[in-house]
Amino acid sequence: MSVSTLRKPSAAPGPVPAAVEAPAAPARVLSLPRPARPPALAVLLRLLAERLLPPLVVFAALLLAWQAAFSGGSSGLPTPAAVWQESRELILDPFFVYGTQDIGLGWRVLTSLERVAMGFGLAAVIGVGTGAVIGQSVWLMRGLDPIFQVLRTVPPLAWLPISLAAFMDSRPSAIFVIFITAIWPIIINTAAGVRAIPQDYRNVAAVLRLNQLEFFWKIMLPAAAPYIFSGLRIGIGLAWLAIVAAEMLTGGVGIGFFIWDAWNSSRLTDIIVALVYIGAVGFLLDRLVGWLGRVVSRGTAV
Amino acid sequence: MSYLKIDRVGKTFATGNRSVEVLADIRLTIEKGEFVSIIGHSGCGKSTLLNLIAGLTEVTSGGILLEGREVNAPGPERAVVFQNHSLLPWLSVYDNIRLAVDKVFAASRSRRERHDWILHNLDLVQMTHAKDKRPGEISGGMKQRVGIARALAMEPKILLLDEPFGALDALTRAHLQDAVMQIHARLGNTMLMITHDVDEAVLLADRIVMMTNGPSATIGEVLSVPLDRPRDRIALASDPGYLRAREAVLRFLYERHRFVEAAE
Repeated sequence: MSVSTLRKPSAAPGPVPAAVEAPAAPARVLSLPRPARPPALAVLLRLLAERLLPPLVVFAALLLAWQAAFSGGSSGLPTPAAVWQESRELILDPFFVYGTQDIGLGWRVLTSLERVAMGFGLAAVIGVGTGAVIGQSVWLMRGLDPIFQVLRTVPPLAWLPISLAAFMDSRPSAIFVIFITAIWPIIINTAAGVRAIPQDYRNVAAVLRLNQLEFFWKIMLPAAAPYIFSGLRIGIGLAWLAIVAAEMLTGGVGIGFFIWDAWNSSRLTDIIVALVYIGAVGFLLDRLVGWLGRVVSRGTAV
Repeated sequence: MSYLKIDRVGKTFATGNRSVEVLADIRLTIEKGEFVSIIGHSGCGKSTLLNLIAGLTEVTSGGILLEGREVNAPGPERAVVFQNHSLLPWLSVYDNIRLAVDKVFAASRSRRERHDWILHNLDLVQMTHAKDKRPGEISGGMKQRVGIARALAMEPKILLLDEPFGALDALTRAHLQDAVMQIHARLGNTMLMITHDVDEAVLLADRIVMMTNGPSATIGEVLSVPLDRPRDRIALASDPGYLRAREAVLRFLYERHRFVEAAE
């Protein structure tokens, strides 16, 4: 069977032979119409609309519902409009100073953050160190894990009387409460991360004769970084929960005490503003640690 | 005195009240500059033997001597090229080798000399172009090249290769075998390679150590491969000496010491 017989049935009748003939004009490049690219600004706007519009709409709807639900006057809770009228200054200027106890919420949040930074920083350093030691030893892990599991369920405020008795002062007590609240997930996660270090990395370290300290900095910390940072992230969330509660009891100028103070002087609208502040700062802290973790443990997960 | 002497070495793993003798009465001497392949069926304990020489596992009986000194801990003079490369994923290719070089030559070489030495070893395995990449960004063959460079950079007395090319495709494997042969020819290192690939064993080795099946595996036979170097895989494909050696290994593995268990 020749090639031509094979090809015959597939050759379409009519115009095909004409196409096979030598072309009358030399081939030329046809420019296809370029797909119109939307301008960068339009892309940005559309992205904004897609991402920002839904939460804004939902937020507005919630405000409206809230306004409608409590505007009857029979309820003791303020409406959004009342919050705006009575606490406008707190919302608009976070950093005013009128007196030692009459300061903007920004200052109060900063005071609380300072305590959190100290308590959480201490918890991070000691927690990672302790977790690293525990993760290296099966015996320590088995011995201490049940204790940690019990202690980590103790609510932050339950530590407060003990720490007040120990420190005799409210400031270190509040910091201690943050420390003791945040440290458990950090220890537990670090230990789990250290246990999960692949034997291959340990072999590399053994062949190189890395000492304990070199192993800790060069292998353990980077290898366990994803675990450590998820522990830190849980820890910072708990620390922020604890500080508000602790400050309500210990006093001072923190955001927690502000809420308690506002409650005692029946400034409900101020409390609502403070709640928004606390939520926003907690969210930012969580994102900050999450971002830090991504930056630091970049490449580790490969 | 021989360079590396493995003297009546046995290894028993105990788990609970059950103990399994993996290796028994291993006797082998390796001379300086020699390339020795160890071949055997999977599960015969050849990787355990390599770990014993590396010092990553302790011997149960007998002893291993390198230049007359007993091996009882891991160390850079017995550098290992691991089967799965074992590069640290958070470090660049350069930094992976630097970790080894900085540790081994911290006292004896200046910063400048160490930097040059890292680049020199990257050049040996033709990986200079990827020095700033992370292991996750390069191919499996490239990772193994870096693993070899890291081990070479420690200037080991003996280079231990644990099935280094087992996870690579056939073409990449051939490239890396050629690279190892070139390095061996150029530097004259003593090399001990675990493999389960008959062709690889014959192509690379001066001697092939064939292991019997476990438990209580031991050395069944040692075959000298009297082929001239440099060796060329294409020319050897029809070389009678090569074919004889290949057949001897195949006969050992598939006639006399067939693997009785169903594989995996």
